[in-house]
Amino acid sequence: MKIQEADAKSLLLAQGLPVPAWEVARNPDEVMAAAQRFFNSGAGRVVIKAQVLVGGRGKAGGVKLASTPDEAREVGSRILGMDIKGITVRKVLVGAAAEIVKEYYLGAIVDRASRRIVLMASAEGGVEIEEVARQNPGAIQRASADPEMGLLAFQARGLGLAIGLRDPLLNEFVAIAQGLFATMKANDADLVEVNPLAVVAETGSDGKLRQRLVCLDAKVTLDDSALARHRGLDALRDLDEEDPTDAQARKLGINFIHLDGTIGCMVNGAGLAMTTMDLVKHFGGEPANFLDVGGGARHETVCGAMQLILADPKVKAILVNIFGGITRGDEVAAGLIEARALQSRKVPMVVRIVGTNAAEAARLLEEAKFETAASLDEAAEKAVALAKGAAR
Amino acid sequence: MSILVGRDTRLVVQGITGREGEFHTRAAIAYGTKVVAGTRPGKGGQTAIDGTVPIFDTVAEAVKQAGANTSVIYIPAGGAPDAVLEAVDAGIKTIVCITEGIPALDMIPVVEAVRRAGARLIGPNCPGVTSPGRAKVGIIPASIHKPGRVGVVSRSGTLTYEAVQAMTDAGLGQSSCVGIGGDPIIGTTFLDVLMLFRDDPETDAIVMIGEIGGSAEEEAAAFAAEHLKGVPMAAFIAGRTAPPGRRMGHAGAIISGGTGTAAEKIAALEAAGVRVADSPTQLPRLLLEAGYRA
Repeated sequence: MKIQEADAKSLLLAQGLPVPAWEVARNPDEVMAAAQRFFNSGAGRVVIKAQVLVGGRGKAGGVKLASTPDEAREVGSRILGMDIKGITVRKVLVGAAAEIVKEYYLGAIVDRASRRIVLMASAEGGVEIEEVARQNPGAIQRASADPEMGLLAFQARGLGLAIGLRDPLLNEFVAIAQGLFATMKANDADLVEVNPLAVVAETGSDGKLRQRLVCLDAKVTLDDSALARHRGLDALRDLDEEDPTDAQARKLGINFIHLDGTIGCMVNGAGLAMTTMDLVKHFGGEPANFLDVGGGARHETVCGAMQLILADPKVKAILVNIFGGITRGDEVAAGLIEARALQSRKVPMVVRIVGTNAAEAARLLEEAKFETAASLDEAAEKAVALAKGAAR
Repeated sequence: MSILVGRDTRLVVQGITGREGEFHTRAAIAYGTKVVAGTRPGKGGQTAIDGTVPIFDTVAEAVKQAGANTSVIYIPAGGAPDAVLEAVDAGIKTIVCITEGIPALDMIPVVEAVRRAGARLIGPNCPGVTSPGRAKVGIIPASIHKPGRVGVVSRSGTLTYEAVQAMTDAGLGQSSCVGIGGDPIIGTTFLDVLMLFRDDPETDAIVMIGEIGGSAEEEAAAFAAEHLKGVPMAAFIAGRTAPPGRRMGHAGAIISGGTGTAAEKIAALEAAGVRVADSPTQLPRLLLEAGYRA
């Protein structure tokens, strides 16, 4: 699950990381009031950042500076309501604009290859890290945390040294790197990213200029499998940005991704679901969705999933492809029959059920007069033909 | 011979009294697998599967009293990591974890403990392993198999069945079929299984089923190029048309330095001399084109 920058910053703050103060505003008046408070406490300028769960908001014009409360209000009114990659901006983050001396990158991920939490750091911060990985992979330094002892101080120090940090910023970096690791563990995150991790210049209370490291941006994604044991985190789900079908899919416990095509797909298993989409395209069709009903789906799940597919008015044909292992074919067939009884719109469907309890499924489907297919290729080809026939 | 499971397998089913545990234990026994024990803490001394399988409170007792040497886990996500560690502690060397939905961070220390004990974990979130005609450990449907000499390894569950079915329909039997699981943190990788197949005198050809994300297919391709010359190989990669950024995590793309798309994986495999199919149904034909004769 992706969460907004402001929420990610709260998680970092909870682990004691240095995150500059911020406020979240939902309308131009709130933006102005928040900006006024930052100006009152000495800010020269404020930054206003769109809160959306997609990358590239800076390039899209979703991050702007303002020098007065009125300007902040005006900038806020332009960013709020803006469309960034299909998502409407409903809230912004307001904070004092930092005087940035240098930008670094620091991230923690679950690394498949080493099967550990790996921290990555780079002196090329503030730009997309994928871009750095492509163009200058040597600029990314890595340290892999011990499975039991975690990220050790010497490892964090090694990372900091490798990206060119020296005393006194080096010690700050060690604390931040270990804090990132702690944030990962405390919340079962898949990814914790601070980009930029910035060296900022500040005037202290003694009037002296000093430099310190702060987390200017934060990105956290949480492991969906672990949300059940973090009750508080589920509340961070941004329902404004969530497609209503996503919420229904979550309730059903299925994996659903809405796409633009006309052929609704219901499949068990992510790999087979992707393959089914690939074959629909191969035969000249366009899938309307990716849908994995999961392992061992019961009839009520199948019935709910079918209603989700039918809710998309663009769907002209449906392809059901089930290869039963832990999923039992007769359960799926029963769910399909149930769904058809509830169905108001008539959409042609081709069903292929093989594997566990396929014979029982075949009997049920035949009695209920469903159109069936024997092989995966045949099922995909038939579904494409049905969608084209329906379109005519 | 075969890999991981075979005629010498003496299976203990952890979670034998649950819905899935019981259902798939029946299928395993019907296939001829030696199921010597089940575990269900607090029900030790009772029996399962119509009185044919003794239940023990612990895996250690199943090892000691029934001679179990392999375990399969059908325990919900909350208890599955502990179940793996219990099997390791009891001295089991081959552990198959079917359970899905285990938090990734829970698996990191578990995989490490398995490695340190010199044991092998298949999964989690995998369909298991079948060595056709010998033993079936997990949930792969029995009916799709045919004994033979093609090794099958896959990251995906049901897509494995699709590939195996296609092989069987074409008359190409299998030595062992291994589903390694699709989670970010798994015990056994493509590379591990390819090494086992290379060393298995009864595996003459290999089919590999991958999908987008990560770089395990590329690592397997590099191994194949060097160590599996002359072994007929065919592969399929799911997700050619998957929308970018949705399934494939941001982090995965970084760590592999930009790899992870189907196109990159297919290119790596083809460069290693592996034939790549457009549909799983083409796999048998590609194996034959690679020179394999059943």
